[in-house]
Amino acid sequence: MFDSLASKLEAALDRVKGRGRLDEKTVDATLKEIRLALLEADVNFKVVKGIIERLREQLVGEDVAKALNPSQTVIKAVDAELTRALGGESASLDLKGPAPSVIVLAGLQGSGKTTAASKLAKHLKAKGRNPMLVACDLQRPAAVEQLKLGAERVGVHVYAPATSGDPVPVAKESISKARDTGCDTVIIDTAGRLHVDEVLLDQASAIKDVAGEHGGVVRTLFVIDAMIGQEAVNVAKSFADRVGFDGVVLSKLDGDARGGAALSVREVTGTPILFASVGEAPEDFEAFHPDRMASRILGMGDVMSLIEKAESTYTEQEQRQAEEALMSGEFTLEDFLDQLQMLKRMGPLQGLMGMLPGMDKQLKDVDLDDGQFDRVEAIIRSMTPQERRDPKGVLNGRRRKRIAAGSGTTVTEVNRLVKQFAEMQKMMKQAAKQAGGPGGKGKGGAKGQAAAMRQVQQQLGAGTPSGPGATGLGGFQGLQPAPKKGKGR
Amino acid sequence: MTASSSMPLMLAASALDPVITAVIAVVVLLLLGAGLAVGRRRSGSGDGADGDTSTSLQERTVDDVDATRPEVEEELPEVPDTPEALLEPDEAAPPAVPPVEEDLGLGERFRRRLTRTRNVLGASVVDLFGKGVTEDAWEGLEEALITADVGVTATLELVEELKRRSREEGVNDADGVLRLLKEELTAALGEADRSLGRGGDDGPTVWLVTGVNGVGKTTTIGKLAAVERRDGRSVVLGAADTFRAAASEQLGVWAERTGAELVAKDAGADPASAAYEAYDAAEARGADVLIVDTAGRLHNKTQLMDELGKVKRVLEKRAGSLEETLLVLDATTGQNGIAQARAFLEAVDVTGIALTKLDGSSRGGIVVAVQRELGLPVKLVGLGEEVADLAPFDPELFVDGLFAELAG
Repeated sequence: MFDSLASKLEAALDRVKGRGRLDEKTVDATLKEIRLALLEADVNFKVVKGIIERLREQLVGEDVAKALNPSQTVIKAVDAELTRALGGESASLDLKGPAPSVIVLAGLQGSGKTTAASKLAKHLKAKGRNPMLVACDLQRPAAVEQLKLGAERVGVHVYAPATSGDPVPVAKESISKARDTGCDTVIIDTAGRLHVDEVLLDQASAIKDVAGEHGGVVRTLFVIDAMIGQEAVNVAKSFADRVGFDGVVLSKLDGDARGGAALSVREVTGTPILFASVGEAPEDFEAFHPDRMASRILGMGDVMSLIEKAESTYTEQEQRQAEEALMSGEFTLEDFLDQLQMLKRMGPLQGLMGMLPGMDKQLKDVDLDDGQFDRVEAIIRSMTPQERRDPKGVLNGRRRKRIAAGSGTTVTEVNRLVKQFAEMQKMMKQAAKQAGGPGGKGKGGAKGQAAAMRQVQQQLGAGTPSGPGATGLGGFQGLQPAPKKGKGR
Repeated sequence: MTASSSMPLMLAASALDPVITAVIAVVVLLLLGAGLAVGRRRSGSGDGADGDTSTSLQERTVDDVDATRPEVEEELPEVPDTPEALLEPDEAAPPAVPPVEEDLGLGERFRRRLTRTRNVLGASVVDLFGKGVTEDAWEGLEEALITADVGVTATLELVEELKRRSREEGVNDADGVLRLLKEELTAALGEADRSLGRGGDDGPTVWLVTGVNGVGKTTTIGKLAAVERRDGRSVVLGAADTFRAAASEQLGVWAERTGAELVAKDAGADPASAAYEAYDAAEARGADVLIVDTAGRLHNKTQLMDELGKVKRVLEKRAGSLEETLLVLDATTGQNGIAQARAFLEAVDVTGIALTKLDGSSRGGIVVAVQRELGLPVKLVGLGEEVADLAPFDPELFVDGLFAELAG
C-alpha cells in the first residue's frame, strides 16, 4: 500500500530534528522519497528530475534549527515548488475581442471534451456570456447527439448541422450563426483521436484558422484526463508544438488520481491549467487552483493551510499541553472540552474537516452545524469536574437526569455522549501506546507519533460508510474538487 | 497498527457522533504529527452499505432523468442521419478483413500492426547494457519501465529482482539481461487463461463490460460484436448505460454496423432492469451472446459502484453466473489504473481486462502492476480505431511494446 510521503519524510528527517542545517545526505534521503511520491502521482519522469534538482538547491543548508518539525519545513518547500510548477496563481481565460470569441476544445479520445463543452458553456453563461455549442466531432458515433443533449441541459444554443463529413465548414459557418443568434461565445467540440497524429493536428489547425477569420479571439483549450500517465507529456508537447493551445482543462478530477500529469503538462508547455472538471453534473466545473493541486499530488490534502491555521491558533504551550493530554492515554472529557474550544477558534469545524487528508468524503459531508457542538459543550459543562474525569464511574441515573436538565438536552443524549466518548478513549489509548505512551515506551519520536496518527485516522475513517474508492494509490478525495453536497447522482 | 487488528475499534467508531469524531480527528491530526503524516487505509468492506444503495440510486435516476431527452426506441433505434463516414469501417470490415484464423481471428493483423515495435525490447536493452551491466544501465532500465507507466513500486521490485538474478547467475552482458527481463516481465504478466468465457446451450453467453468514464467501453463492445458476428454468432447489445447522454445511440450505431441487435430503455431508467430486460430479449431471440454496456463511473464513487454491483447481481439472478465481467482500462492511464482495477474487482468481481487505446505511443504498462498486484489477466487489447483493431492479448508483443520509445 501507498505509505504516506509525510511519514517517510518524518523518518528521513528524524535525526536532524532540532540540529541546525540540513546536510547533503539528509536532503538526498528526503529527495528520494519526494521523487518516488511524485512518480507515483504520475508526474513525468523528466519533470520530476527538474523539480528534484531545484529542491536540492533550496534545501541543502536550509536552517531547520528553529523548526519544531523539520519535515514541515521540507514539505512547505516542496509544496511551494509544486505550486510554482503548476502555475502559481489561478489563471483566467481572456475572451476579449470582437464577438464572437471562440473556444476550441481538443484532446484525446475519452478525455471528456464533449462533457467539458457543456460544462464550460454553463460556466460562461453564469458569468454573463451567451455561449453557443458547435458540434465538430463528426467521428464518434452519437457525439453530436450527446452535445445537443448537453446544450439542452444547460440551456444554451447549439449549432449541429451535420453528423458526418468535414467539420471545418461547420466551424466556419458557426461564426455567422452565432452573430445571427446574438451569441458572443462559440465553443467548438472537436473529434478526439487515439493519440496525437497528423489528422488530429491538421483538423485542429484548420478549425482554429476558420474560426478566427472574423478577427475575434480563438482560444484553444486542451482537455486532459486527470488519470493519464507518463504519456501526458508527449501528447501535450506535440499538440503545443504543432497547433498550440492557450489553456488546459483537467477532467475527471473527482476521481482519486493524484493528477501529476497536470504538473507535467504545465511544466513542459508553460500553458496554464484553467479549469478543472470535478463531477458529472453540469455545474461541476471550476477554476483550477494550483496550490490545492500541489497538495493533492503530494497526497496531503489541504494540510498546509491547516498547519498554518493551527500555528496561528495554538501557542506553543497550548500545543504541548494538548499533546501531553493525548499522549498520557488519559484523555478526559475535560481535555476534550479544551480542544473543542481551541478548534472553535480556528474557524467553522465543517471547514476544518474538509481540509483533513485521508478522511472519507462521507465523513466530510456529514452536516456539522455549530449547534451540535454547542449541545455537546453544554452537556460537558453541566458535569462536575469529577464527572468529567470519570463519567462511567460516577454517573448514575440521578446525575444523568441533572446533567440533561442542566444542559437542556435529554438523558438519551447524555448517555450517548458518555458511551461514545468511552469508545473514543479506548482508541486514544491505543494510539498513545503507538506513539510512545506514558513513560516513553514504544517507538516514540516523530515516527511513533506518525504511526499513532495513522492508526487513529484509520479507525476514524473506517467507521464511516466507505467504498472501494477509499482504497488505492490515488490521492485523497475531496481535496481539489471539494464536492458539494446534495447534488443528484 | 494494521487495520485488521483494530476491527472492534472500527466498529465502535462507526457509531460515533460526528461531533466527537470531528473534534478528535482534527485534534489528533494536528497535534500528534503536526498534521503531516497521511495514513492510507484499505476499506474494510465495500459491500456494507447495501441499504443505502437503493436510495442513492433513486437519487441518481430521479435527478438526472432529463425529461426533454428524446426517447430511445427499443431495439435498433433509427439513428438519424447515420453518417456514411461512420459506416466506412463496416463496409470494409467483413469482406476486407482476413478470415478467422485463431481466437478472435485477428492475431495476425494485430501482429502486423505492431511490427514497427518488434524487437524494440532487444534493441533498447542492448542500448542500455551495451557498455556493461552497470548501475547507470539499471537506472536507465528503471526509467524506461516507469516511463511506460509500469509504476514505481513494480519497477523497483522488478529491477531489484533482475539485479539479484544477474549477480547470482553471473549475467554480464546485454543478451543475458534481456533474457532475464523477458522472463521477469512475462512472469509478472502471469500465465492466465486469456480466452473469453462462453456458456453452454442453456441461454446466451453474457459479458458485462465496465470501466471508468471515457476508456472506450462502448467502442470495445462494438468491436467485440463485430468479431462475434463475423464468427457467425448472433449478438444482442444491452444498453445499461442509461445515464450518459446519447450513450445508447452510440451503442445503437455499433449494433447497426455489426448486425447485432440493440436492447435499450429510456434514458434515466434503472440500469439493472435494463440489463435484466436485455437478457430476456437475448434469450427470447435465442441469441448466442449478450454484451451489456454500463455507464462509465469513477471508481471512488461509492454509490455508483454500488449501482454497478446491483446491475451484476440482478443480471445474475436472471442469467446465472456471468461468463465474463470485463474491466476496460485505457492504456494511457497512469498509476490510478491500479485503484480502478482494485475497486471494480471488489464491486463486481472482474474476470479480465480489456486494454484499449494501445498503440505505439501509449504503452499500458499499468497492466503489469495490475496483474502483479491483483492477478487480473488482460484478455483483450484494442489497438486502433477500426472495428478490426481488437485482438487477444499477447504478453510477448506487449512486453516489446513497453520499450517502444527507447528504440524510437
